[in-house]
Amino acid sequence: MSAVTGTLVEAQPAPAPPPRPWTPARIAGALLMAFWIAAAIGLVFYLYAAWDIDKVEKYGPNFLSGLWTTLSLVGVSIALGAVLSLPVAVGRMSKNPLIGRLAFAYVYIFRGTPLIAQLFLIYYGLGSFRPQLEAVGLWVFFRDAWNCALFAFTLNTAAYQAEILRGAIESVPRGQWEGAEALGLNRIQTFRKIILPQALIVALRPYGNEIILMIKGSAIVALVTVFDLMGETRRAFSRTYDFQMYIWAAVFYFAMVEALRNVWNALEARLTRHLRR
Amino acid sequence: MDSYPTLLSFGDQGWSDEIAWGVLVTVSLALATLPVGLFIGFMVALGKQSREWTLRTAADIYTTIFRGLPELLTLFIVYYGLQIGIQLLLRLMGIDGAIEINSFLAGVVSLALVFSSYASEVFLSAFRAIPRGQYEGGYALGLRHGTVMGTIILPQLIRIALPGLGNLWMILLKDTALVSAIGLTDILRQTGIAARVTKEAFLFFGIAFLLYLVLALLSSIVLNRLEAQGKRGERV
Repeated sequence: MSAVTGTLVEAQPAPAPPPRPWTPARIAGALLMAFWIAAAIGLVFYLYAAWDIDKVEKYGPNFLSGLWTTLSLVGVSIALGAVLSLPVAVGRMSKNPLIGRLAFAYVYIFRGTPLIAQLFLIYYGLGSFRPQLEAVGLWVFFRDAWNCALFAFTLNTAAYQAEILRGAIESVPRGQWEGAEALGLNRIQTFRKIILPQALIVALRPYGNEIILMIKGSAIVALVTVFDLMGETRRAFSRTYDFQMYIWAAVFYFAMVEALRNVWNALEARLTRHLRR
Repeated sequence: MDSYPTLLSFGDQGWSDEIAWGVLVTVSLALATLPVGLFIGFMVALGKQSREWTLRTAADIYTTIFRGLPELLTLFIVYYGLQIGIQLLLRLMGIDGAIEINSFLAGVVSLALVFSSYASEVFLSAFRAIPRGQYEGGYALGLRHGTVMGTIILPQLIRIALPGLGNLWMILLKDTALVSAIGLTDILRQTGIAARVTKEAFLFFGIAFLLYLVLALLSSIVLNRLEAQGKRGERV
């Protein structure tokens, strides 16, 4: 035994790992990361260099009021759209061919055309019917660009939300309806207590995406003289020709969307915790 | 006030020729953006599933930024930003003067940025739907990486990604309407001019609305055909 131990080699440290080769992917990755880091530093430096207390005092409050306009417009139209989407979704699932087709046409028309075309049709187009609208007392409502934007957004988001709701309700297996019926629940109870809770979990992610799409889409109201965040940005830019206005708008929008996305992810994780394995 | 047939005729009195030009601009803008967006989107998707964390992160940052900004804002930033940037560059080189960027080009660039960031997600999920065995089988046959990609993965990828890409095409078609804000003579711009000149706003914006609807209808017919074509090898 002892003779053998004498000839054994001492334990050696592991050999050094071979150097990681500079593959094309690694070079591209390093370059692109360098680009983003440089862009981030450049952005911070640019905003620092362009910081002008006069402009901040003059346009800062406008930006905040624009932010509020954007948020309230999106919030109200999402809420009203949710209410309106209920009958549309029910219509889409109806067995009556006439109601089904009407609901389908509504959804197809509002999802098939640009939101901006819908907004222009309502804001500028309804002006052609001013005498008629005045006669029924609706002109007061449609005269205001904010109301028109709210109206257009509500109709638009209702079409999208109806499809989300329909998809979610149809994703609940038939056995759930049948089981509830076997227990003697009526259809309304079944829908409220059994189908809807399961459907809303499926609908949660699409709803979040729809809100984000509305926040981004709401920027177009700036083109019909509503001073939302985008509108205030355009006004400030046209007065100062200072490009940092657009950069600030981008920062605001980006922060809004990312905040909502993260809140929504947390919400979804919380609400689906019983489904996690 | 002119009668509707006169307003809608072709020629000096009517607006149909102007609006037809607008349709051409809208369609060509969307068609010009599509290949650019698809190519960038595919590259970003490749980056997202790379083994290098730097490449993955860089690709994720790209998607996060261009999905987080409103399309209209991206358009303005590209349009004005490119102008200011080029002017600055020229001034450094000693040339002074106002530069105006072609609004069509700005439209293609900004729409491609938005399109590609969404397309990369569609491609990525399609990549994930293809089993690893498909790659391994290809390598076992002695095919090179490029051949495996081109002849085994890509054909399946396109089929899986087609519905998602079809949705993105519809969104792209609708987003082209935003370029009217930077002065490109698309459908909405031309009908808007007609509406202002003739004071027949509802008529002309209604026409714009219907034209977009027709474009969407035509697209969905073509897309359904393509999807049926892609599925013809599948057993029912």
